[in-house]
Amino acid sequence: MSTVPDELLYSEEHLWVEWTDDVVTVGLTDYAQKEMGDTVFVELPSLDEKFARLDVFGTIEAVKAVSELFSPIGGVVLATNPRLAKEPELLNTDPYGEGWLIRLRPSSLAERDELLGSAEYREHTGD
Amino acid sequence: MIPFAGWEMPVQYKGLVEEHRAVRSAAGLFDLSHMGEIFITGPGAAAALDYALITAPGKLAVGRAHYSMICDVSGGILDDLIVYRLGDSRYMVVPNASNAAEVSAALSERLAGFDAELDDATMRTSLVAIQGPRAVEILQPFVDVDLSTIRYYSGTEMRACGVPAVLARTGYTGEDGFELFVSWDDALRVWDTLLEGGADRGLIPAGLGARDTLRLEAGMPLYGQELSRETTPFEAGLGRLVSFAKPGDFVGRDALEKAKDHPRKALVGLKLSGPRVARIGYHVYLPAAAEPCGTVTSGTASPTLGFGIAMGYVPADRNAVGGELEVSIRDQRASAQVVPMPFYKRSN
Repeated sequence: MSTVPDELLYSEEHLWVEWTDDVVTVGLTDYAQKEMGDTVFVELPSLDEKFARLDVFGTIEAVKAVSELFSPIGGVVLATNPRLAKEPELLNTDPYGEGWLIRLRPSSLAERDELLGSAEYREHTGD
Repeated sequence: MIPFAGWEMPVQYKGLVEEHRAVRSAAGLFDLSHMGEIFITGPGAAAALDYALITAPGKLAVGRAHYSMICDVSGGILDDLIVYRLGDSRYMVVPNASNAAEVSAALSERLAGFDAELDDATMRTSLVAIQGPRAVEILQPFVDVDLSTIRYYSGTEMRACGVPAVLARTGYTGEDGFELFVSWDDALRVWDTLLEGGADRGLIPAGLGARDTLRLEAGMPLYGQELSRETTPFEAGLGRLVSFAKPGDFVGRDALEKAKDHPRKALVGLKLSGPRVARIGYHVYLPAAAEPCGTVTSGTASPTLGFGIAMGYVPADRNAVGGELEVSIRDQRASAQVVPMPFYKRSN
């Protein structure tokens, strides 16, 4: 049984979203990190790169396989987690905290409504 | 759970890397019931297998086993397998699950004219493997034989965990360990007995994911990736298996004699620089070349060594250890060095 914090929003592609005013923080869900297993490398975008919803913004290399990261919303990259370059395992040990992936400035506030709540996400994973 | 060669297989139980480390440091328990088990019995069994396989099973002492291959007439690999000599005129052949039916059919055909019977027991035989440095002490209470007297690559019919079994000291992890072939009805009892008996010594169940990373570190090929009909044993670096010295003819002899000195490609071990991981199907290049010269067949981030390792085919004259190559990983080139295999070798 994986953790799904109630205060966050979720995408069907297993990313969590913390939406505060103009800044959106994105990370990998506990469910996804468990499925993926031990992370060895995280590839993240450059600052100011622009993505539409469902664009690939990065990749996660785990021992088992490589997985692409699909942007949960459209936006411009404000920050990427600098610690992941040296400590990719943070994705597994603290997916909702120190293992966050990127911060975006959202292109459209309306996309917030496309995201899932915690109950819907739990149903989506069937976990 | 994932579908694998017609079976439902667990990729991981607790987590791939944890399971991998348990096998390297303590022990892991594998459910390998998908593997094939084919018994060849009769006065002509030894001669039949000498004809059917590229090795010389007729020379095996009773109770011993060896790694072998079955090739087609053109020298291509139909499967890699382990042959156990259980008695003077009784053998067990263990092919891969994905090839079990094909191997069974090919063996039946090749047995014609020999005084030997084939019994494909795949669909009534389970395989439970206990692998790792603590396998001996965990298994010892459940068998009547002194395990320290059982040599590596041997297999004997006996009772284990209270049920009839073929107990073999073989494996696919690069560690010491045992494989227990038992009937389907007894498999759960064996699994539960060992898991409970070994829990306080660090034994945990290990899935298909760990099996793959363990065999890759140990430099062991996987059929469908390193081995195929389009590959000869020489190209796969396993030419030493081919017994040209055995007296009679065997399937593939003529083609293999010709192929021996003319490999079209060579399997190499690669050590990746940088954190990226080479995966199956990625292209291999000579440094700065525009066109690929080879392909990765297996790759992972080695949990034991802490860097990326891979196997792949390159031109036959590019297999020298120390050679510099490149692997294309999502449009970026990562440098890779040809290194000796196995990548990992146990110390004891």
